[in-house]
Amino acid sequence: MSAPAIEIESLTKDYPTGFLHLKTKRSLENLSMRVEEGEAFGFLGPNGAGKSTTIKLLMGIIFPTSGNAKILGRPISDVEMHKDIGYLPEQPYFYDYLTAAELLDYFARFYGMNSAERKERVAKMLKKVGLETAGKIQLRKYSKGMLQRVGLAQAILHDPKVVILDEPMSGLDPIGRREVRDIILDLKREGKTVLFSTHILTDAEMLCDKVGVIVGGKLQGVGRPDDIVGMKAHEMEILFDADASDLRSAALVAKATKSGSRYSLRVPEEKVFAALEEVRAGNAKLAAVTPIKPTLEEYFLHLIEKERAQAAAIEVSGK
Amino acid sequence: MSRVAAVAWNTFREAVRDRVLYNLVFFALLLIATAILVGQISIGIETIVLISLGLSAISVIGLLIAIFTGVGLVSKEMEKRTLYALLSKPLRRWEFLAGKFGGLVLTLTVNTAAMAVGLLFALLCVKHSLDGGDATTFIAVYFILLKLAIVVALALLFSCFTSQLLAILFTAGLYVAGLFVSEMRNLDGSRVGPAMKVFFSWISYLLPNFQNFDVMAAAAHGKHLPGILILQNTLYAILYCTIVLSSASVVFSRRNLK
Amino acid sequence: MNRTRSTAILLLVVLPLGFAGIWRLQHGIDKQLGALNEEQDQVLLRSGKMMKLMSLEYAPLMADIYWTRVVQYYGSKGERHEQNLDSLWPLLDLTTTLDPNLLPAYRFGSTFLAEARPVGAGSPEHAVELIERGIHENPDYWRLYQDLGNIYYFSMRDNEKAAAAYDAGSKVPGAAPWMKIMAARIAERGDTRQTSRLLWSEIYESTQDATIRDNAKMHLMLLKSDEDKEQLDLLLAEFAKRFARSPKSLQDLVDAGMLRGIPVDPERFAYVIGKDGHAELNPKSPLLKDEPLYRRF
Repeated sequence: MSAPAIEIESLTKDYPTGFLHLKTKRSLENLSMRVEEGEAFGFLGPNGAGKSTTIKLLMGIIFPTSGNAKILGRPISDVEMHKDIGYLPEQPYFYDYLTAAELLDYFARFYGMNSAERKERVAKMLKKVGLETAGKIQLRKYSKGMLQRVGLAQAILHDPKVVILDEPMSGLDPIGRREVRDIILDLKREGKTVLFSTHILTDAEMLCDKVGVIVGGKLQGVGRPDDIVGMKAHEMEILFDADASDLRSAALVAKATKSGSRYSLRVPEEKVFAALEEVRAGNAKLAAVTPIKPTLEEYFLHLIEKERAQAAAIEVSGK
Repeated sequence: MSRVAAVAWNTFREAVRDRVLYNLVFFALLLIATAILVGQISIGIETIVLISLGLSAISVIGLLIAIFTGVGLVSKEMEKRTLYALLSKPLRRWEFLAGKFGGLVLTLTVNTAAMAVGLLFALLCVKHSLDGGDATTFIAVYFILLKLAIVVALALLFSCFTSQLLAILFTAGLYVAGLFVSEMRNLDGSRVGPAMKVFFSWISYLLPNFQNFDVMAAAAHGKHLPGILILQNTLYAILYCTIVLSSASVVFSRRNLK
Repeated sequence: MNRTRSTAILLLVVLPLGFAGIWRLQHGIDKQLGALNEEQDQVLLRSGKMMKLMSLEYAPLMADIYWTRVVQYYGSKGERHEQNLDSLWPLLDLTTTLDPNLLPAYRFGSTFLAEARPVGAGSPEHAVELIERGIHENPDYWRLYQDLGNIYYFSMRDNEKAAAAYDAGSKVPGAAPWMKIMAARIAERGDTRQTSRLLWSEIYESTQDATIRDNAKMHLMLLKSDEDKEQLDLLLAEFAKRFARSPKSLQDLVDAGMLRGIPVDPERFAYVIGKDGHAELNPKSPLLKDEPLYRRF
């Protein structure tokens, strides 16, 4: 098996807090995970869960309390390795006195491109993120969405093998988000490894080969999006039309929930045929039978609830 | 090396776009006003006043730029998070610092050189011809630049770990302290006690000695400066800046950004 | 390079070596600047008024700084046995313009401007100007009258003006009673050694400035040695009369019972008989070096 693109081993990060910085707060605990080459990995979690912390640790912006990580087989302390990585920070802000073209040209210098190469790549990138007309305007005049796009451009400017994006969709309108999604799909197609963090679960489901869920600084699970949600049993939803005044339907209607002009009934998969029999007996007209796939959202909320309960229990027990 | 140069060039560009160089207009006006005023006094001290005032102005303006821009070199980038994207490039932290330092020193060099040219013209207007003694004035300008480089290095160091306001106070404080180094060294032992005298004697070497660079009196009177002093002061500035920048480099490379 | 290693290298190598280099360089620079400033003393000869204007409300602070420079200037010149204290007056002028109430400056200035070279600047007129400014700005400080009197008495040999100064000073509330006595004494008897001794003693007792005190002490020691030598000369003449020959050494006088022991000068060196037959200071005595430098009678 080839070396993973990103390899994280027992990464832990404590922050000093409190008066005189005497106490510590653990924002990341013993994170271990791998991202294979060519994979699109989605890093999911609520605010403050540790997603940004992990990404900043990978980029050398902050330093781990313990544990280590490697990107493309080289330790994260190796700055030269940044030649092959692209990074989009969360809520990016760039030198507002520069234009987009100037910014990209400046950044391009760090990758050893000569003047001609820089010019060519800058133009290409501006086109790719849809900023060709705005290239000569100073960044201080850019909207949030435009800044996000510049951020993306500078992340992939040098054709890196690994692209790390911290909340790439934030602040974008649906069109913007679709454009970013398309760019990520392009990157996938080009065989690049993409790691991105997001709250938007539908995007993760759509784009990612693998998903890692992190809550309260701990990794809760890693797997294919289907695998994770597959942990819950499937249910079926039965939609039917019925006449409430009809005596034969009374029992059935009582059990169901009204959904618009129709009624719906949720039953576990194994009981679906029995339920259908009830519908037939209740003189109702069957409209649809659909399997309910629990979404990442529900899995998510379930995890958060679990985490909160645990935290509360710890507090109560006075530990 | 070219990475350091890239950061330096961008720092210079930022200063220019920040309209830092507009101070030159103020300086030019000041010089013109002085030259006119000085023409009214006819006791033969026009040159002295012009050179004293000109050098003082170059020094003060340079100091203001060095301190106020210097303290923002790192802290501004940290506060605004522009540093995140930059550090994700193949750029070592010390290269970043060196570039910032170089960029501001370049800005100051351009600024000071322009002011020196202005002073040269003003001198020509007043004196109508130059002689060998005037070279000292321009050596004095060079010394001011050396002094400013040290101030920038100090401002950069503080910028790495304190807020901009504190950095201004510390840098300005060190500058003032550095003006009284020889007084510190020659403290009257009978007044402060031997322990304090030794303590201050040590401190007097650790502090940057800005008196070394003050040759305004010699310049105003057209005295000739020994060449070796130029070499010594240059080495002093280089050595002191190296010490401060190395320290800044170590402090910054351990710093967790927000 | 990992961070702990770079910190260690900084602390153990860069900082010590760097500052050692700075230390060496600084000595070299000090030498060059010292030589430079010897030719033209390190005073920016701007007018005091312009300086005051530029200092705004920090004038007293600037005065303190210049006062430190005065002390340093005087001290460093002393170390190098310089003859030239030309910048002392401009420095003091500047200091007292910036802060007219800086009393130590007036007192110091009055002493060392008036003293003959090389101990002082040898310009008693400037000393008078300085003190008169001091009196004008600080009319309640009677000791400035004392200093004025001393200048007239010692340096300018003008007993009339000296007496007048002491007299004026005695009228200031809080003045010491001896001011009036001194005024009368000088007016009556002119300058005498005893008067001089009293004046210097008063300075010695009352001053808090170590330099001024040392200066007074020197004067007192020399006055004492003058007195001693005079007395010894009388005894030598007496001996010659009695024994019809000149004594070969002071031991002769001891043997003749005219002295109880060989007298010593204030520095505890025995007096000797010089080639011309008069009493003289011991060649080893440090006072011998100081004698020609200090003017006194």
